[in-house]
Amino acid sequence: MSEEQVFTQCTVGGPVRVYVEDGVIKRMRPIIFDETDAPSWTIDARGKKYTPPRKTTLQSWEVPERQRVYNNRIQYPMRRKNFDPNGDRHPELRGKDEYVRITWDEALDLVSGEIERIREEYGPAAITAMTSSHHNWGFLHYKLGPLGRFFNILGYSMCLDNPDSWEGWHWGATHTWGYWWRLGHCEQSELLQDALKNTEQIIFWSVDPNSTSYMYSGQENLIWRHWMKEMGIQFVVIDPHNNCTAATMGDKWLAPRPGTDAALAQAIGYVWLKEDTYDHFFVENRTYGFDEWKKYILGEGEDGIAKTPEWAAAICDIPAHTITALAREWASKKTMLATASIFGAAGACRQAYATEWTRLCIYLMSMQGFGKPGVNFWGGTGKGSPLDMGFHMFGYSDNGWDAFGTVGEKSYFPFHNPVTQKTYRILLPDIVMNPPVSWIGEGFCGNSIDQQFHRFTCPEEGPNGAPIKMIHRHGGSFISTMTETNKWVRMYQHPNLEFVVMQDCHWQSETKFGDVILPASTNFEHSDLSEWGAAGGYGFNDFNANHRICIYQHKCIEPLWESKPDYEIYTLLAERLGFKDEYTEGHSIEDWNRIVFDKSDLPKYISYEEFQKKGYFVVPSRPDDEEPKVSFRWFYEGRDADVPSEKRTPPGPPFNGPNLATPSGKVEFVAQTLMEFDPNDEERPPMARYIPSWEGYDTKGLVEKWPLQLISPHPRFSYHTHNDNKSYWLDDIRQHRIKIGGYAYWPVRISPADAKARGIKDGDLVKVFNDRGTVICAAIVTERMRPGTVHSYEAVAKYDPLEPGVAGSPDRGGCVNLLSPGRMVSKNVPGEAQNSCLVEIAKWDA
Amino acid sequence: MTRYGMVINVDRCVGCYNCFLTCRDEHAGNDYPGYAAPQPMSGGNWTKLLELERGQYPHVKVNYVKVMCKHCDSPNCAKAASNGAVHKRADGIVIIDPVKAKGQKQIVDACPYRCIEWNEEAQLPQKCTMCAHLLDKGEPEPRCVESCPSGALVFGDLDDPDSAVSKLVASGKTEAMHPEYKLKDKVTYIKLPKKFVAGTVILGDVDEVAVGADVKLTADGKTWTVKTNGFGDFEVEGLPANTIFTVDVAAAGYKAASCEAKTSKDVYLGEIVLAK
Repeated sequence: MSEEQVFTQCTVGGPVRVYVEDGVIKRMRPIIFDETDAPSWTIDARGKKYTPPRKTTLQSWEVPERQRVYNNRIQYPMRRKNFDPNGDRHPELRGKDEYVRITWDEALDLVSGEIERIREEYGPAAITAMTSSHHNWGFLHYKLGPLGRFFNILGYSMCLDNPDSWEGWHWGATHTWGYWWRLGHCEQSELLQDALKNTEQIIFWSVDPNSTSYMYSGQENLIWRHWMKEMGIQFVVIDPHNNCTAATMGDKWLAPRPGTDAALAQAIGYVWLKEDTYDHFFVENRTYGFDEWKKYILGEGEDGIAKTPEWAAAICDIPAHTITALAREWASKKTMLATASIFGAAGACRQAYATEWTRLCIYLMSMQGFGKPGVNFWGGTGKGSPLDMGFHMFGYSDNGWDAFGTVGEKSYFPFHNPVTQKTYRILLPDIVMNPPVSWIGEGFCGNSIDQQFHRFTCPEEGPNGAPIKMIHRHGGSFISTMTETNKWVRMYQHPNLEFVVMQDCHWQSETKFGDVILPASTNFEHSDLSEWGAAGGYGFNDFNANHRICIYQHKCIEPLWESKPDYEIYTLLAERLGFKDEYTEGHSIEDWNRIVFDKSDLPKYISYEEFQKKGYFVVPSRPDDEEPKVSFRWFYEGRDADVPSEKRTPPGPPFNGPNLATPSGKVEFVAQTLMEFDPNDEERPPMARYIPSWEGYDTKGLVEKWPLQLISPHPRFSYHTHNDNKSYWLDDIRQHRIKIGGYAYWPVRISPADAKARGIKDGDLVKVFNDRGTVICAAIVTERMRPGTVHSYEAVAKYDPLEPGVAGSPDRGGCVNLLSPGRMVSKNVPGEAQNSCLVEIAKWDA
Repeated sequence: MTRYGMVINVDRCVGCYNCFLTCRDEHAGNDYPGYAAPQPMSGGNWTKLLELERGQYPHVKVNYVKVMCKHCDSPNCAKAASNGAVHKRADGIVIIDPVKAKGQKQIVDACPYRCIEWNEEAQLPQKCTMCAHLLDKGEPEPRCVESCPSGALVFGDLDDPDSAVSKLVASGKTEAMHPEYKLKDKVTYIKLPKKFVAGTVILGDVDEVAVGADVKLTADGKTWTVKTNGFGDFEVEGLPANTIFTVDVAAAGYKAASCEAKTSKDVYLGEIVLAK
């Protein structure tokens, strides 16, 4: 038997030990701490001591990571057969063409040659490039590393990201409480201690922590929910789907119709106003505009309608007595609302007028005085163990689109790129096919609230603007994560688009639309140096594990087939384009690792050689006897902001003493920033309110034909598109895929009543369809769906239309975003609204 | 003497499938001579999860039950095997010899729990080994236990009264999945799902939920009592199946109500409206 080598790596889900024999990965295991690793924290609460296990946890999709390394890989550089850069490019054949294998030299010459040609012919603004969210972990090699540096040196139309997982918080909540530096989410500090000691109830509103609150951090926070259940804390789950948390941990499930959460929120407020069960001190001293809202809720406002539980019941389809009971439970128990952080973002914030519900959540928690013991926002109960935020290590987005620039001699972001023109991800198909396109809002508006009101047009007017002629795609797929994505198929086949590069590890949904395909290697095939779960940037200090762990990510195996690390691919392209020295600063990957190490706090604790050998370092936790600085306690008590999670230099968060970063320094029921921008915007009024959806349960002209509401939250068994259709063991989990006739179909969940009315039985193949597309799914008939609503997770990694490359052809891969509306949240809110989607379902007779 | 066993706490399992997936990670395509031949690269189910949906909208829940070899102290598979192809080790782990068992399909059929799989390509019966190849190298637990984020799987020495697994067994909370098989299972369960009866009590005159109403279930001379919670809900868990219960509901100032519930499945009675 050959010798077994054990390496350390970090996946998107967290650190693993990688066992390799003869250059082949055989298994991956969690890290089990040894006695030399720093001690874990202990929380003393209600007479019991709580301390986490001395090992790391693994996400479900992370366990079969060795399958992700070996399956469905792009093996060689390739050129589309009928793509002739000097003759006919045949864009109409993208998606259905064959490919021919070419050498790396041919591929790199072709790509660099096209870049030069397009720059010369149209200007640098004609090129746009983007990565998808999250495929290979690493500080240097994460999605913001190699690509960002390359294109910022080259100059390109930066593709603005929309905050696709938390739209409503970003475009709504910022106007109520500031926190634009967290893109609308709030601070999350020491909430675990506070909850274990003080909380009586958690309300998970459109949140499924057992699926998505883990983010990058194994299943670290699951044990916290077990502790809370054991001490009798009541879990209430509000979601049209009896989600994975509701099903195994919920004490009460309430299922409003999709798009009606804001109405439910208003009725809760009504009960509190009527029964006088709210925190008068807080609303009088910590809020602005409350009286106007009070009048509106009580029926003394412009519409004259009291927002009673009976009023809401007709909209939400939850009995009025249950709404009243919820309001009373909430007011009588010390309650955390498990939303308002990235760990608690879910369906209700990705729908028409999602800005209304998110703001109403803040109004309600204001009425209960958030920040006092046991009462707070705790997104997904995901983050907030006693970790030391003072230890310095880098996060992947600390420097935006140039991770290397964080530690290098020169940073190429944000000021180096000479091109001011921008594209916008969710509008890219329109920008390519039907220019010019305008929108309001700068994508991730993390530097100021004003960015939300900036107007963009692509192509930009003036001599520096250019129509988009080239797309360089790096990692993942948008056909299954953006909206109305048959448009992406049409875009790729459009003659306006002269050149498409697909650079990826795997054959994703979109790979076959590329003219040139470049095979990248996974993080297991090169080294890196990172911290577990460290996003940095807008997610600075967002550590949601039980320990902070820095990892020396060993190169475990040689790059498979002819793949190369992304850094090497861009280095070779930069060499051809004449800026290799700027790109690399003369450094190899290993040189960069050493630089990262030296600039972090690691050398205070461990030598580089020791760290490299051991593979990981556990950062000591905060001392157990240190007084925890809980989120918003300072705000409630009127002290200067003191939470360690919000330290950021430069620029620091613009708290002003004990004030929030709103014009009034208070929670704004009537948002002055919106008053100033557009006081008459009926789709995002200064004061939040329920607005019937433009594609909801009662939208006339639509529901007659498409009577079912489809919701499509983030999946449990794939991190976006990165595990599906690679880690095939997942296909044997029925929640993930269902094998019928040897093909693994994507499930759609439907209530027994809706299924019966359509003659559908559990396990049947069905078509889910509307005017925008058709997707073939396997039906799960379940009591866990509210009648009238169906559910299918987004983010498959398989687009498999019956007629390849034909937009609108029924897809059996499960891309439910072919069905979602391209319309954005509201006229001035350029966000995705997947969960405002009407469909019909019928049996599929193949 | 060490005698390995496992307790599976169904109440703690949230259905993440890590146990199922890690078993494949450890065994699929990996050979452990003397312990197990490689599990097929796909399709192996040496450990699997049963998903049990219980109740009716809107009172629904799900239990996940990990199903694996019970490492019985008197294993039927060993009796069915010829030439000693299945043996129980000194530590109680039941091993199918990957060489001797070749072609012995009857071993698969001998397990009443259906926890032995036939590897068609290798012509071998295969099952969970408790990761004995790791335990023999000094590792403390099988891979599935290592990867369980819930603490739902407790593994250890049943002969050591101080071990966590022994204490659970001694607590009386554990049970065999099928005690009637009388196989002396060393893998046992806490909170194996039985049946529940649930409902929501409403005060009809004011259209409000009844908080703290008294609910009494009666069947075969036994009674279960519970009070409604802040949502007017009650749920009595752990009831015997296929039993007809009388459900009596009472709230001060209201006429009592009574109905029947038959536990051929989990029952949500819906709203029970009390009149003045």
